[in-house]
Amino acid sequence: MFGYYLDLALRSLKRSPGLTVLMVLAIGFGVAASMTTWSVFRAVSGDPIPWKSSRLFVPQLDIWGPDSRKKSGYDDLPEALDYTDAMALMRDHRAKLQSAMYQISPSVVPADAAKHPINISGHAVYSEFFPMLDVPFQYGSGWSAKDDHERAHVVVISSKLNQKLFGGANSVGKTVDIEGKDYRVVGVANHWNPQPRFYDLVNSGGFHTDAEDLFVPFQTAIDMGMPNDGNTNCSEIPKEAGFVGLQHSSCVWIAYMAELDGASAVRSYRDYLNNYMRQQQQSGRFAWPPKTKLHSLPGWLSYEHVVPSDTKVSLLVALGLLIVCLVNTAGLLLAKFLRRSSEIGVRRALGAPRAAVYAQFLTEAGIVGAAGGVLGLLLTGLGVASVGWVLPKDIAALAKLDVSLLLLTLVVAVVATMLAGLYPTYRASRVQPAWQLKSN
Amino acid sequence: MTLHPMIAALRKHKAGVILIALQIALTLAIVCNAVFIIGQRIERVNRPTGLKEQDLFLVTNQWVGAPTGDDPASIQKLDALLREDLATLRALPDVASVTPVNSVPLLNSSWNGSVALKPDTALLGGKARTTYYFGDQNFIGTLGVHLIAGRDFNAGDVTNKGFRNTSEPSVIIVSKALADTLFPKGDAIGKVIYLDGSGTPSTIVGEVARIQSPATGSWAGAFVWNAVIEPIRLNANFARYAVRAKPGRLQAAMREATPALYKADPMRVLDDDSVKSFADIRAHAYRADVGMAVLMGVICVILLGVTAAGIVGLTSFWVGQRHRQIGVRRALGARKVDILHYFQMENLLIAGLGAVAGIALAVGLNLLLMKYYEMDRMPVPYVLAGVVLVLLLGQGAVFTPARRASNVPPVVATRAA
Repeated sequence: MFGYYLDLALRSLKRSPGLTVLMVLAIGFGVAASMTTWSVFRAVSGDPIPWKSSRLFVPQLDIWGPDSRKKSGYDDLPEALDYTDAMALMRDHRAKLQSAMYQISPSVVPADAAKHPINISGHAVYSEFFPMLDVPFQYGSGWSAKDDHERAHVVVISSKLNQKLFGGANSVGKTVDIEGKDYRVVGVANHWNPQPRFYDLVNSGGFHTDAEDLFVPFQTAIDMGMPNDGNTNCSEIPKEAGFVGLQHSSCVWIAYMAELDGASAVRSYRDYLNNYMRQQQQSGRFAWPPKTKLHSLPGWLSYEHVVPSDTKVSLLVALGLLIVCLVNTAGLLLAKFLRRSSEIGVRRALGAPRAAVYAQFLTEAGIVGAAGGVLGLLLTGLGVASVGWVLPKDIAALAKLDVSLLLLTLVVAVVATMLAGLYPTYRASRVQPAWQLKSN
Repeated sequence: MTLHPMIAALRKHKAGVILIALQIALTLAIVCNAVFIIGQRIERVNRPTGLKEQDLFLVTNQWVGAPTGDDPASIQKLDALLREDLATLRALPDVASVTPVNSVPLLNSSWNGSVALKPDTALLGGKARTTYYFGDQNFIGTLGVHLIAGRDFNAGDVTNKGFRNTSEPSVIIVSKALADTLFPKGDAIGKVIYLDGSGTPSTIVGEVARIQSPATGSWAGAFVWNAVIEPIRLNANFARYAVRAKPGRLQAAMREATPALYKADPMRVLDDDSVKSFADIRAHAYRADVGMAVLMGVICVILLGVTAAGIVGLTSFWVGQRHRQIGVRRALGARKVDILHYFQMENLLIAGLGAVAGIALAVGLNLLLMKYYEMDRMPVPYVLAGVVLVLLLGQGAVFTPARRASNVPPVVATRAA
């Protein structure tokens, strides 16, 4: 029977090619616009570490007090930590794994004297950073807690920097000249570039096409006076000058992440943070009641508005366009179906049940949807390929055309068109055979 | 023409009427908001920075192995490196002038704080928030900022200090926006203010018409025109230089910069991004805004196209359906123009119905965007323009099928259906 309906539908669509083309175009454009914006939204709203994100946490401490919030227009706690508190949290070591970190941007001098020095970006972190974030290694591994402690001159580099400096060979044990000092390579990260850069949203701002090229031990970087690259926020001007002055100030510039397994671990860490702040209050550091927050990673991503509001608005507007296209298709299908009232009358008079009418007309809607879907596929391909023209590069690079997106495009086109065809089909099935036969 | 028979006829195909009206309403709602977004972005991108942007470029440099300490000896060594670079760039044949800068408008790397009229106020208790620019006596001239009162810096004003040194200068130039906020009477020149809660007075010696903040994010929106310019060379292991090329020699000057700097001192980092024309900085800063405007534009065009095509399709169908009735009316004496007007009026009625619903939807959508996505309130003219647009769209779309209807000959009435 399906073959027969298919044949009927094709004949009917051929009879009014103008209307058919119109419907296919509307569905194609509507679906393509939605799918293109969806591909961008999907890319920027994804979980960068899905197997672990619920166990990673970011703390916030109220070290500036309620006054700072009122006056500066901030409505919440500082988004990063100052040096004193970050070090205290590291010292207390209450989470399973944890790391304070700050963004650095040192220069590396290639061994080949003919080459110019290059500037690279990275982070100063603690040894637990690597197991906590499951950083994949091509060669070697992260450094040890002992290296942290001894402020060793060790470094983890990206596979890209390894390619540039060592031609991609196993470079573990070799040295890299960073700001004029030798660092021993202990590991080469294997193409690790999570999007967004969730471990330090405050400094990275979210999305980056290029992976970070190097990681050095936190205390080594502090010792070497490697200044922070990124945001520094202060509620008062540091009393002393220089990078050391920054470390003694209440300015915030350090990101922090902790791994906590299970609800009880989270609860006790919350208690720990509150106790820590209470102690600070009691020691006379500040007068306001202690206040802390502990965000899970997904909560932190939304708190920091990682998904640009432009992306959400675009998706919303494109979905609006799809709805208009469907309303349009519903109107045209209604016109088309009701024009064939007499044909329906004949079929019904000859004994076809309503279900058969449904099957026939939904088949027709489905074909329009499928054709629209195929057009939509082409246009979505075009759309995803050209988002680079209209979006910031770091975000556009994330939008990808893959099998799941293609399938989704087809399914959305067919299902949406059949939904749009439901009412027209309902009306067609209600055609009174006797009335139609009489009027002819 | 009375509306009564028309409304009676429309009742016969309620579903079709509702679908078209709904489509027009949704189109109106989306197009109004999309055009509003486009308008906002265009306005944002077109606001002048206050600079003469032509022939201007920025050099970003990082020294390798330079002292990172903050002791006086290191600072003087860094300052010597910086002055050497300034001399190197100034000596280039296609360069007109050079100034060291901490940032330039639209670069999105900014140094912000607050200024107060009294000494030693809390940092966050200042009178106004502001961005800071640091440069030497060539800052105003090189960036092409317009000095409207007082005097420019002279070589005697300029000092140097470490990047994280918090001492404040004795003379400053401020933007008019900041001057007007601090001294509404317009007598800022010669007045003393205190930067970042400092106890050191800084005297305002000059006022510039306009200089935008480097930050383009919405967080900096409140003080985007407030700026303090300090006559200070900032010393760190990196430096930025704003360079004005001789008229029309931008490309040549940009090409000369990198080799000349490497020749003077090879222990430095200069990569592809290190020499950037201001036009590039501008394009990069507003890329997302331009992109959003283009995207909204594309969606509007598709939307209007689909809606117009839908109206053509459905009206054509109705014309076909009423073929015989049209013939009857013609046979009873209706002129061609009456038939044409009938379909035009009918469309106006439906589109008007849709537009009324659309106004509500447009305002609703705007409120939704305001609540969740930092959108501003849409001014009424956008909605009114949208209403006119959809009514015109409807009339434009209905014209062809309506004319076809008016061409139905009266003789049709005599034929059997």
